[in-house]
Amino acid sequence: MRSTLMGMLLVMSMILAACGGAAPAPAPAAPAAPESPASGAVGVTTTDIDGISSDITDPPAVFNAEAASQYAGTTLRFYGDAVGLGSDMDKAMAAKFSEETGINVEVLPRPQDATEFYAQIQRFFQAQSTETDVLMMDVIWPGAFAPHLYDVSSIFAEEAQLHYPGIVENNTVDGKLTALPWFGDFGMLFYRTDLLAEYGFDAPPTTWDELEAIATAVQEGERAKGNPNFVGFVWQGAAYEGLTCNLLEWFYSQDGGTFLQDGAVTINNPQAVEALERAAGWVGGISPSGVVSYREEDARNVFQGGNAMFMRNWPYAYSAGNTDDSPIKGVFDVAPLPVTDPGSPAGTVGGWQLAISTYSQNKDAAVEFVRYATSPQMQKWRALVGTFVPTIPIVSEDAEVLEAMPFLQNLSPVVRVTRPSRETGELYNEASTIIFQSANEALLGSTTAADALAQAEQQLQRLVR
Amino acid sequence: MSQRVATTSAAPSTGKRTLTLAQSQSRFAWILLIPTIGVVLMVGLFPLAQTFYFSLTDARLASSREVNFVGLQNYLYLLQDQQFFRTVGNTVFFTVVTVGFEFALGLLIALVINSNFRGRGLMRTSILIPWAIPTVVSAQMWKWMYHDIYGVINDLLVNQFGIFNQNVAFLATNTTVSLFAIAAVDIWKTTPFVALLLLAGLQVIPGDVYEAADVDGANKIQQFFAITLPLLMPAILVTLIFRTLDSLRVFDVFYVMLGNRRDTQTMAIYAQQSLVNFSDLGYGSTISIAIFLIIALFVVIYVTFLKIEDA
Repeated sequence: MRSTLMGMLLVMSMILAACGGAAPAPAPAAPAAPESPASGAVGVTTTDIDGISSDITDPPAVFNAEAASQYAGTTLRFYGDAVGLGSDMDKAMAAKFSEETGINVEVLPRPQDATEFYAQIQRFFQAQSTETDVLMMDVIWPGAFAPHLYDVSSIFAEEAQLHYPGIVENNTVDGKLTALPWFGDFGMLFYRTDLLAEYGFDAPPTTWDELEAIATAVQEGERAKGNPNFVGFVWQGAAYEGLTCNLLEWFYSQDGGTFLQDGAVTINNPQAVEALERAAGWVGGISPSGVVSYREEDARNVFQGGNAMFMRNWPYAYSAGNTDDSPIKGVFDVAPLPVTDPGSPAGTVGGWQLAISTYSQNKDAAVEFVRYATSPQMQKWRALVGTFVPTIPIVSEDAEVLEAMPFLQNLSPVVRVTRPSRETGELYNEASTIIFQSANEALLGSTTAADALAQAEQQLQRLVR
Repeated sequence: MSQRVATTSAAPSTGKRTLTLAQSQSRFAWILLIPTIGVVLMVGLFPLAQTFYFSLTDARLASSREVNFVGLQNYLYLLQDQQFFRTVGNTVFFTVVTVGFEFALGLLIALVINSNFRGRGLMRTSILIPWAIPTVVSAQMWKWMYHDIYGVINDLLVNQFGIFNQNVAFLATNTTVSLFAIAAVDIWKTTPFVALLLLAGLQVIPGDVYEAADVDGANKIQQFFAITLPLLMPAILVTLIFRTLDSLRVFDVFYVMLGNRRDTQTMAIYAQQSLVNFSDLGYGSTISIAIFLIIALFVVIYVTFLKIEDA
């Protein structure tokens, strides 16, 4: 479900060359030493993340309790996850914070569908509502909501440095830091280890050509063995935000740019056309023709049902694929998405930030809550308990975190690319709709890749001029 | 004197009062209607007027930009907006297909369940199940059933009956196939509802007319065309108008099953895209007004050509 969210409403902003997951066990060089000993740092984030529990009933201690307790008695309203594990974790975290600081935190369930949530926040801000203090913010929203978000540039200057720079940059609109990253997914390639070995390949593909070759070989072999529905590669091709994410990865990994750059529309270039042509060529070949109507769950159901060799998806599919009743449990792994020289392996960033409404009456208390909720300790707890992907390198590289999410190890070369939401601001949804609708038409075969991108270019230029 | 004058002047007024007994009744009726009219104005006319007002501006939701009055500019743009006309085409096509099938199938079912058989009550209730499932839920269910790899429909067509020799991607082949696939879902869902409306119409037709027809020697087909159909006309009209207006506003089933594909957008999805996704209150309102006019056109057509009042 998390995946669906991230897939849904977002879009991109600039390319971030944030370094990915990180080298395995040998503990990485931790950034600047914590300035205070493990215990009672006052209002200051520490980077000591040892001894974090993996129990949902035991969130990390509130290190800034002393600073926060001066606001005891106020009530914060926090728009958190509505369902599932995420919701339970939000409640546990809020309860812990309330207990140690005396600040009441009311967790309001947000609409699960990101589009719905977006519309709701929009109405809140339109009315300058004081009803919410802290909100979850999709990675593509800061550009649109910046005027309504509390500027935390100076307050969180130090904390911001802990996170992957690309995501922080994404959240910085006209020099104003609007939100702190909370968790951050990115696209990755899932592959079947058993089939890879069976058909005599030693390693997952690193180039798109290799992927096509392996997919073709395995698909033919499996079909000959009596599964006519076996396919080589599934991804998200429906006309929705998820296609924009896939497209960004294809483009970026094949040197085709990121749709828009420095205010100029760059979507229509020869590499991009080639990348889209390549993808259109998969449809009905190594990918099922229905792939142009697939979203995350359609792709995952095919892959998890044992009917696909490769899948592009978000990290949630990893834990879903390893549940006890999964037919592919233990026989799949993840790798960075392939490239075509001179591109680099890309993963579109999805994920959520925590922001403070500028109309909040309790900004100081909200600041302490966000400081706690986005801290390295909390991100580690969330990683261990709920496999939420950390946005802080020292957490991603932590041995215990890697044990809980082994796939992060393989993904260190991935460049976390963000959709151009900052460039387009409140017009992002329109820009992304133009992009995914045009790409979808090319994938459906109702127009050529070149025409689709030329048309998208023209429409985007009219939009951002 | 003055009193007399007063009396005389009162006399005509008394006369008037007597004269206007009917009028005072009608005035009383108006007073009783005021709350209703107020509510209609509030929930019907006021939003419509407001939408019309917004359609003349370039307002955006939750934007810091100033709102400008732009006159008919949005409407001029709408007239050149090919995508809008495509959505109108899709919606009308969908409406004609679904209402046509739903009416034909619904009438057939209504005639069957109007006859006497054991378990009739249970039957009438249970056919409503598809209609009772929220559209979003049933659309998602159908989306799975249509799936080209693990969908049950492909399994039936390919593996069980061997009608096709390979799986079909119903929702991704081309515009026409996708539209028919969606229409099938709507027909499945709404036919029971149409059947029930028509059944209500059938039940008020008195049995003695059929007995008389039997005595006169009319066969069942003659009875159907000479008695059933004419007497059912009011129910048919209500049903058709109801379903047509509903179909013209179709949103959820398309949204769930096809997402925001350009070639299969409906009018409602196009309006939602502008209003909600793009926050473009001005142009979105313009589209809404256009939809309102198109739907109004259909109502006018029904009412004039089918002479609803006579029926």
